[in-house]
Amino acid sequence: MILDSKIPAGPLAEKWTKHKFTSKLVNPANKRKYEVIVVGTGLAGASAAASLAELGYNVKAFCFQDSPRRAHSIAAQGGINAAKNYQNDGDSVYRLFYDTIKGGDYRAREANVYRLAEVSVNIIDQCVAQGVPFAREYGGLLANRSFGGAQVSRTFYARGQTGQQLLLGAYSALSRQVANGKVKLYPRTEMMDVVTVDGHAQGIVTRNLITGAIETHAAHAVLLCTGGYGNVFFLSTNAMGSNVTAAWRAHKKGAHFANPCYTQIHPTCIPVSGDHQSKLTLMSESLRNDGRVWVPKTVAMAEKLRKGEIRPRDIQEEDRDYYLERKYPSFGNLVPRDVASRNAKYVCDEGRGVNETGEAVFLDFRDAINRDSEATIRARYGNLFDMYQQITGENPYQTPMKIYPAVHYTMGGLWVDYNLMTSVPGLYALGEANFSDHGANRLGASALMQGLADGYFVIPYTLGDYLAGLGTKPVDTNHPEFEKAVKGVKDKISKLLGIKGTKSVDYFHKKLGKIMWNDCGMARTAEGLTRAKAEIKALRAEFWKDVKVLGENEELNQSLEKAHRVADFLELGELMVDDALNRNESCGGHFREEYQTPEGEALRDDENFAYVAAWKYQGDEQEELLEKEPLVFENVKLTQRSYK
Amino acid sequence: MKLTLKVWRQKNNADKGGFVSYPIDGISTDMSFLEMLDVLNEELTEKGEDPVHFDHDCREGICGMCSLYINGKPHGPQQTTTCQLHMRSFSDGDTITIEPWRAAAFPVVKDLVVDRSAFDRIIQSGGYVSVNTGGVPDANEIPIPKTIADEAFDAATCIGCGACVAACKNASAMLFTSAKISQLAMLPQGKVERKARAEKMIAQMDAEGFGACTNTGACSAECPKGISLTNIARMNREYFSAVMSSENV
Repeated sequence: MILDSKIPAGPLAEKWTKHKFTSKLVNPANKRKYEVIVVGTGLAGASAAASLAELGYNVKAFCFQDSPRRAHSIAAQGGINAAKNYQNDGDSVYRLFYDTIKGGDYRAREANVYRLAEVSVNIIDQCVAQGVPFAREYGGLLANRSFGGAQVSRTFYARGQTGQQLLLGAYSALSRQVANGKVKLYPRTEMMDVVTVDGHAQGIVTRNLITGAIETHAAHAVLLCTGGYGNVFFLSTNAMGSNVTAAWRAHKKGAHFANPCYTQIHPTCIPVSGDHQSKLTLMSESLRNDGRVWVPKTVAMAEKLRKGEIRPRDIQEEDRDYYLERKYPSFGNLVPRDVASRNAKYVCDEGRGVNETGEAVFLDFRDAINRDSEATIRARYGNLFDMYQQITGENPYQTPMKIYPAVHYTMGGLWVDYNLMTSVPGLYALGEANFSDHGANRLGASALMQGLADGYFVIPYTLGDYLAGLGTKPVDTNHPEFEKAVKGVKDKISKLLGIKGTKSVDYFHKKLGKIMWNDCGMARTAEGLTRAKAEIKALRAEFWKDVKVLGENEELNQSLEKAHRVADFLELGELMVDDALNRNESCGGHFREEYQTPEGEALRDDENFAYVAAWKYQGDEQEELLEKEPLVFENVKLTQRSYK
Repeated sequence: MKLTLKVWRQKNNADKGGFVSYPIDGISTDMSFLEMLDVLNEELTEKGEDPVHFDHDCREGICGMCSLYINGKPHGPQQTTTCQLHMRSFSDGDTITIEPWRAAAFPVVKDLVVDRSAFDRIIQSGGYVSVNTGGVPDANEIPIPKTIADEAFDAATCIGCGACVAACKNASAMLFTSAKISQLAMLPQGKVERKARAEKMIAQMDAEGFGACTNTGACSAECPKGISLTNIARMNREYFSAVMSSENV
């Protein structure tokens, strides 16, 4: 099979407009004859479900949480980018496109990214119309701030809770359609499998998390808006329930999984404090606008800090190494996430880490407070400072924050074409669940933009084109494929409950996380990856022999829920390692130690690796098949990313 | 730290339920409250006992999924969510009582998990601005004074956890409902439907079986996001002005 990205011909700036015009339309009276399933109710899912219902389609929306409003988009702090150029500082659709392509280290499709930049301006209009209370200036107009990796102020925000406000906006639009009877909501319901009939996605199998009932739902199209797979690392900034299960099971039904090794390690998270740790908390990147990152110049001084013999304030200016400002004078503390994370790792590897574990650097607001006053800093970041104090017990107004990188976002995901359709016809992936717009590294404030772009402004056009070609024949769950899928799900549940081994699900999840973090994390080597592959295989075998899942299926059973998710992570982990091993270059969030410039920067190999690595499932315990979609750059010139 | 946990166990909605005591050891002050429960659950699993079920997701205080009535207070002794509560708020030797939210409108699902879908239905009854995707004016078309935008934002930060209901002796959902009514009544975009919204949301709130408000203010005092009682006053004003000229409900 040749992966056809279906990128429209013509000049970059006209592609989307032209494509919208040439896409087939479904006549309004026929829209009510189509059923659409949306899995996940985060920014992508809620916005898609609401927009499609408004158009007249019958939508079923599913989420594993108790309410659609809990989806993890809600936790995004910093903001959302849009090329409004309200600040008159030189922004434009083309600049946002260019920054995103460059920030992604030239591993994303030009056409997708341009479309993203183009519709970004509509998103802000839409959210304001819904009553999203963005930050404003005294004149009553919208405020903006700059964000890592950008030299213009194009980020719209709602204090440190932008994701929450945007999600509640999308949730309100969704709720309105529930009230209108156009969306039927299925909370506390997990997707267990995709059902394909004659190669087309035609429904899903779900588990009711309260009763354990295995149910089937038929539809003309299935949209997976199920987020990223960062929890494969166990410790990440993802919610505890975030998982790859829906995407992975779709993958096993024929959807290619693209660039799984592209993971984003966020530079500003609260460091790990002990083995009991269940999750990592992000401190918004916006803090880097005012905070200065530093470690002591010498290992000796860092040791004294770690032992508590001196305090950070005792270290004089000349003994501090503001390493980002030193190495990247033009971007300073605002370098993109991958660069900031890697440099934190370097200084800690040198022994200059500042907390007990040696894995933390300072983010210091002393100078900003002296310059702008504590009240100003409080107004900007008050809730983040409070959260930091709540978790660590330290007051960041008085002593510098300690931060360290943590897994935050996954750029890889299900392969989709320009229409957001996966390699299974009728099966779509939106938001973080797809691979399409961020290349090898995502810029700050771009995840919210992509989720809402896909849901509000892309899928309503592209889905119609597919449905119009299907005809209006009703779908039902009587096809034998549904029965087969149900049997598969029930067998898997019985198998998990029947092992009755000795080790908890979390035991395996933590072990997998350690393997992934050590050998497929911030820096990777062929040697480490090869080792990790063997370790994951062994761990997976052990899981299926020795996992202990208590209780039964016919009840709320959180161990069983986790067991399903971890079983899938144990398979995904190996594919991530395969992908990282295959990509003999460094780009964005994928850093192979063998491939770096003399200054320690990522060294791309455009000659051999300017492609999307799309993996095709071949069967249990089989090596996956790599298929390549070449990336063609007609508008930007590929350069070595430099933030110096 | 060594602690004794008195945990509400209830197999399902039909079960009567009751407290079970669990001794627990080796708890560090750096752990979050939920991480302490993770430790308990690992121990229970080890022993072959059903782990304690509780709702949680983001563990950073924003999704509103965690709940727990701890030592007689929703989300425990501090004005924060349970996931942000850390064990340094407790002392060695403490006995900690953990219950689910208690309100007729939030039926228990299992152990500490309750059904809060009543909140979703209140939002569905009118907690939105009726605009479709597309065809909206430019975001800067309508200037909004910063003070108004900030106040609307403060109301909009409600995370829908239900602590207000759990804290209230009447199990009233006035703080939750008023936060959304206030946010939208203050913003020009929401003003168009303000009357119908107030009437419909309050009617739904009553239909769900939440109690009335007697102005004790426990809801706001216990709210992890500090949603102000002013919102209830504003909602009452919205409601009275709406029913005076009602053509709606």
